[in-house]
Amino acid sequence: MAAAVATPVRPDLLEVRGVSKSFPGVAALEDVTLRLRHGTVHALMGENGAGKSTLMKIVAGVCTPDSGELRLEGRALRLGSPGQALAAGIAMIHQELNLLPTMSVAENIWIGREPLNALRLVRRRELNRRARDLLERLAVDLDPQAELRTLPLAARQMVEIARALSYDSRLLIMDEPTSALTEREAERLFAVIRDLRSRGVGIFYITHRIEELFALADEISVLRDGRHVGTSCPRDLTRDDIIRMMVGRELPPPAAAAPAQAGPVALSAQGLSVAGEFEDVSFELHAGEILGVAGLVGSGRSKLAETLFGLVAPTAGEIRIGGSAVRLDSPAAAISRGLGFLTEDRKESGCFLSLSVLENLEISVLSRDFVRMGFVHAAGARRACERMVSALRVKTPGLGERIENLSGGNQQKVLLGRWLLLEPKILILDEPTRGVDVGAKAEIHQLIARLVAAGTAVLMISSEMPEILAMSHRVMVMHEGRVTGILERAAATQVKIMDLAAR
Amino acid sequence: MQQALADRTAPSAAAARVRRLPPEAGILLVLIALALAFELLGWIFVHQSFLANEQRLVIMILQVSVIGVIAVGVTQVIITGGIDLSSGSVVALTAMVAASLAQSSEAVRAVYPALIDLPVIVPVVAGLAVGAAAGLVNGTLIASTGIPPFIATLGVMVSARGLAKWYTRGQPVSMLTDPYAAIGSGAVPVVVFLATALLFHVALRHTRYGKFTYAIGANREAARVAGIRVGRHLVLVYAIAGLLSGLAGVLTSARAVSGQAGMGLMYELDAIAAAVIGGASLSGGVGRITGTVIGTLILGVVTSGFTFLRIDAYYQEIVKGGIIVAAVVADQYRRRRRLTAT
Repeated sequence: MAAAVATPVRPDLLEVRGVSKSFPGVAALEDVTLRLRHGTVHALMGENGAGKSTLMKIVAGVCTPDSGELRLEGRALRLGSPGQALAAGIAMIHQELNLLPTMSVAENIWIGREPLNALRLVRRRELNRRARDLLERLAVDLDPQAELRTLPLAARQMVEIARALSYDSRLLIMDEPTSALTEREAERLFAVIRDLRSRGVGIFYITHRIEELFALADEISVLRDGRHVGTSCPRDLTRDDIIRMMVGRELPPPAAAAPAQAGPVALSAQGLSVAGEFEDVSFELHAGEILGVAGLVGSGRSKLAETLFGLVAPTAGEIRIGGSAVRLDSPAAAISRGLGFLTEDRKESGCFLSLSVLENLEISVLSRDFVRMGFVHAAGARRACERMVSALRVKTPGLGERIENLSGGNQQKVLLGRWLLLEPKILILDEPTRGVDVGAKAEIHQLIARLVAAGTAVLMISSEMPEILAMSHRVMVMHEGRVTGILERAAATQVKIMDLAAR
Repeated sequence: MQQALADRTAPSAAAARVRRLPPEAGILLVLIALALAFELLGWIFVHQSFLANEQRLVIMILQVSVIGVIAVGVTQVIITGGIDLSSGSVVALTAMVAASLAQSSEAVRAVYPALIDLPVIVPVVAGLAVGAAAGLVNGTLIASTGIPPFIATLGVMVSARGLAKWYTRGQPVSMLTDPYAAIGSGAVPVVVFLATALLFHVALRHTRYGKFTYAIGANREAARVAGIRVGRHLVLVYAIAGLLSGLAGVLTSARAVSGQAGMGLMYELDAIAAAVIGGASLSGGVGRITGTVIGTLILGVVTSGFTFLRIDAYYQEIVKGGIIVAAVVADQYRRRRRLTAT
């Protein structure tokens, strides 16, 4: 205590004092108080809808609090816009990347602040040089002149981080930066974060991956239903402590896959190739089995899934369903043969955001059921959807609610429900729990386990090693478009998989 | 605690009530406000009632019925996230083709004495077929080449107008049979408009066709993954829009008792305006036939009201432009408010 008085106390980088914010009908934040110290990583945890994103939007100047205040290094901070936050040294890296796909890496980083010559024209060479310097500081190997849309998601994320740093920010907000990254890419990001921390930058870090906290965070704050539940050091907490704080209840143990009762082969591929994407892929997927597919982003996993579902035409090889060779020219053809496909990107290829939960659920099954002479039997479809919503425990005010108002986890359940209404024999899942909170994640895992126990064949792509290890009966590992190994459950370990995925 | 809970649920209940109002409520209020404004201005400036004149109201609806029929088709195209610029030209082309088959044999007796009047069904079916064919071209271009609907229908718009002129080397077709002219007389166009609107209102809300149309507009990629044959469905939607333009061409030529290659000029823009004023969103996934009907009536009230007040037609167009822009601004505002609320 005496020592603390002797040394002049440096004020915290940011202090959030009694901040409340409500949206029409919902209290998003209630009296939240927490602080971010210089040179620390402060993790924010909570289920979807707990208020993390709202709190960060307030810190980044995107929205203003109804009451309470922010203090930056001891001085009251009033932010009216993200521009003012940037000027104060606060930058946010968004969950949905806010980049311009048709412009170059350098243009994206320096947009609005391009170096100009006497004629007010952009000095292109200088622009690219500055971008290259910045990317080098991050130890990222990227061509500043590359058009953004040609880059993989992980690279685009690095561009977003570079842009945030280009403002000489003292405070960075990262909203689930690793959700689209492979473990290796995430490690690279962590190295960048640790480097920033050592230079005194304070970082608010939102994530759903508890493993990351122990690797990265100096402090952890948990929010639940808009309230601050507590702040601690990660070394004082166990994984279970954090989950309990987040959900306020005990969770069932992770759904372990039931022992495989190898049914007949439901889906198989022989020498399947798509030029430039993947080559010579062969595997067999049995009824009642989960075949996990591991691999780094860019290993061709998602393209394989799209090919199996008729979205992409194979350039060689064949697909067999239930023993007979098939040619799938469209998803409609795949669905009629008993396939379902939960895509990787909920927003891009999953949800109809402007439509209701009901309309999102029933759309696929209408190709087969509940329609006579073109007319939809609305009551029947609604009853089936109601049953699905309660079976999946989707949290929604009603079937008429727009799906965009649901949290990510609940959206994912609705999309899964869309396929379950069709009772598919083969279900392809691409990152089934990406961006989903722990509670919903456990429920989705149990659901998959139940489906498989009932005889559904599941091909599950995941970048999360614990998910792959806990759920799969066998694990197929891909590397740069080739299958490098198929491991039995007993032989599948994290080390072995990483070895095959990154050889 | 009880009190806190009550406080929290109260505003959401109110919000739910607001949400339950049909989306057309706002635009219906605009229609009523405009009508009342003209009523008031009428008493002040021309000393008569705008609304208490049955004949004026009939003429007003009659004038916009043709636009309304087109707008019903265009609304469906807009819901898919597309646009149809070809409607006006397709009106001209079908008017020419239908009129040429509806010509009274009296007109050409001197040259072709053996010719007889064709039954009225022939020009009508031919007109609808030409319209549907034009729509089929639109849809096939869009679905198979992947070019933007704006470009595909722009091309068809120019070509169809050219075809309409080429068909008779620019000459109008007149002296049509009485049964054909009857299609455009009296309240027939109004009935056709309302029947069309009702039919497609039901189709959009209660059939698989409607569900798929909204889904494609809301998220085309997700629609494809969900198993909808998107290309095939788009061809159908554009063909229906073409068919309705053909119907509008038949009505137009029957009402004018002639076919002219200059018919339907700018009709596509009025139809798009009616749909957009009625709440259809050009980004797709949103729009209703009831809104489009109200949008069509708003265009009718403005046109009729200005004529009634004896204001120059120039001002009419200026004001109409303003209304279209205001409708889209209001739509954007609604959408932004919804986004920030979540």
